[in-house]
Amino acid sequence: MDMNNLLEMAGVNGALQDPDTAHLAIDVHRVMSKNLVPGLQVETEEAEGVIRVRIRVEEGAHIHRPVHLCFGITHQQAQQLIDMDVEVGRKARIEVLSHCIFPRATDVRHQMQARIHVGEDASYRYLEKHIHSDRGGLAVYPSAQVELERGARFSTDFELVRGRVGTLAIDYVLTGRYHSILEMVSRVNGRGDDDISIREVGYLVGEHARGALTSRVAVRDRAQAQVYNKLRATAPHARGHVDCKEIIQDDGKATAIPIVEVVHPLAHVTHEAAIGSVDTKQLETLMARGLDEDQATELIIEGLLS
Amino acid sequence: MGILEVSNLHLTINGTRILNDVTLDFWEGHVHAVVGPNGAGKSTLAAAIMGLEGYRDVEGDIRFEGQSITGLSVDQRAKKGITLAWQEPARYEGLSVAKFLGAAAADGGITAEEALEQVGLSPARYLHRAVDKSLSGGERKKLELASILVMEPRFVMLDEPDSGIDVASLHKIFEGIQSLRKQGATVVLITHSITVMKQAEHAFLFCGGRLIDKGRTPSILPYFEGECLPCDHQNVPTRGGDEHGHE
Ligand SMILES: Nc1ncnc2c1ncn2[C@@H]1O[C@H](COP(=O)(O)OP(=O)(O)OP(=O)(O)O)[C@@H](O)[C@H]1O
Ligand SMILES: [Mg+2]
Repeated sequence: MDMNNLLEMAGVNGALQDPDTAHLAIDVHRVMSKNLVPGLQVETEEAEGVIRVRIRVEEGAHIHRPVHLCFGITHQQAQQLIDMDVEVGRKARIEVLSHCIFPRATDVRHQMQARIHVGEDASYRYLEKHIHSDRGGLAVYPSAQVELERGARFSTDFELVRGRVGTLAIDYVLTGRYHSILEMVSRVNGRGDDDISIREVGYLVGEHARGALTSRVAVRDRAQAQVYNKLRATAPHARGHVDCKEIIQDDGKATAIPIVEVVHPLAHVTHEAAIGSVDTKQLETLMARGLDEDQATELIIEGLLS
Repeated sequence: MGILEVSNLHLTINGTRILNDVTLDFWEGHVHAVVGPNGAGKSTLAAAIMGLEGYRDVEGDIRFEGQSITGLSVDQRAKKGITLAWQEPARYEGLSVAKFLGAAAADGGITAEEALEQVGLSPARYLHRAVDKSLSGGERKKLELASILVMEPRFVMLDEPDSGIDVASLHKIFEGIQSLRKQGATVVLITHSITVMKQAEHAFLFCGGRLIDKGRTPSILPYFEGECLPCDHQNVPTRGGDEHGHE
């Protein structure tokens, strides 16, 4: 199995052949291919045990097609460390689709540490899609520090498309200034002995800054999930919402720790957290239409994680 | 003999008797109305027939086509063709209308598109929406009926099918009821509305967990027309000049 097989699996081959679509494909720490479009600079540096990636979006540049970042590991055992710097210039716009493809992993560690700076009135949208092996022999550690300048916008969506989670520890710290918007969505489905930890901390430090942290997690078998979502608002008219739903089945375990901290009388942050088995009325409605309990549960979880 | 027979049904929840010695038959292919004041036990009767959690532990018997169903789970009852449209239907985050209807659909039955058209929801606008909080109350009720139509059930209970439905759309609900009937379904309408009640041939009047009266619909209708007043003991509605002494 080589990198091309992985890219095929992720369904990105077409995009990678398009000269108008920017991409960067990395096999462990080696750059396999790269394509840039006007307004976008990507520099890489392969070092011992780490790959450094610097992404710059020029001021005012609008990158129209999503940029594909492909991080693959063809081997069963490997360690991948990505050190990433992202600078989105003033009024620039970019959407990044990050494909993390580890379909054969039995003992793989993938770690990403990112520093992301989104300039004034700029927008950075980041979608992370994972393909894992069915054995769960994986440890994935995505972490980032995100700074949003005035009027900047940042959104992420984390999704496991296929395979088992293994160990996942998401760790994000975000700071939003005047009129900025930050949105994080994570959807994870844990099975077997998967271990999921989501830690997202947002600081709404500017007037009218807005933030939303959304987590949707399902755990079954012996899987565990811990979700720690915190929003702290310190400026007038800052608005935030933390929303965490976890569904547990079998011997799954889930913890949700939503923290909302408000230190300005004109700021407003709310939270919702629900942990439990599937809602009885939802379940019984589908069962009253002829689905058995497992099919109904499956459909409800599929919706929640979609 | 009815297609579904309830005999001497009692249901006690947390020490309170909610259904008290209810005996009645629903006739195959007919439309029935179940009426009575708030808290009379109408939805509870439906929940007991459907076998919902918390409503399964009944005394007495419920028989479908001559066989007792009280030991069956909700889906086992549904597989026999018994179903329920909830008074306040469930919401599902992220689940599309298409998938929700697909889950209910019977082989060779009417399509999701046809069912949506029937209840007055445009398939182009609704198929890809989520069955979540973003649907209005009335839209969700119409969708609940659509999910019944695609299922082609044999015995269906519609709990307040008109609640939250605007006057202009009401005829769509009636058309839905008629098409269920044309499919050969036995229909039970739980309602507070005279117009909905008039869709039915038979009516059952409940109060305080008891079946107070039953008969052809016109004979039960006066209950709505001011001739029957809730009496002051146990909220039991009575008919003019009966044993409770109302005039
Ligand atoms: N799970 C329960 N626990 C406790 N009480 C219940 C439960 N379910 C129903 N009841 C009570 O049983 C009575 C009958 O309720 P039910 O919902 O059947 O009334 P209804 O006739 O459908 O009224 P409405 O017209 O308001 O819908 C009510 O007093 C209700 O509070
Ligand atoms: Mg009711």
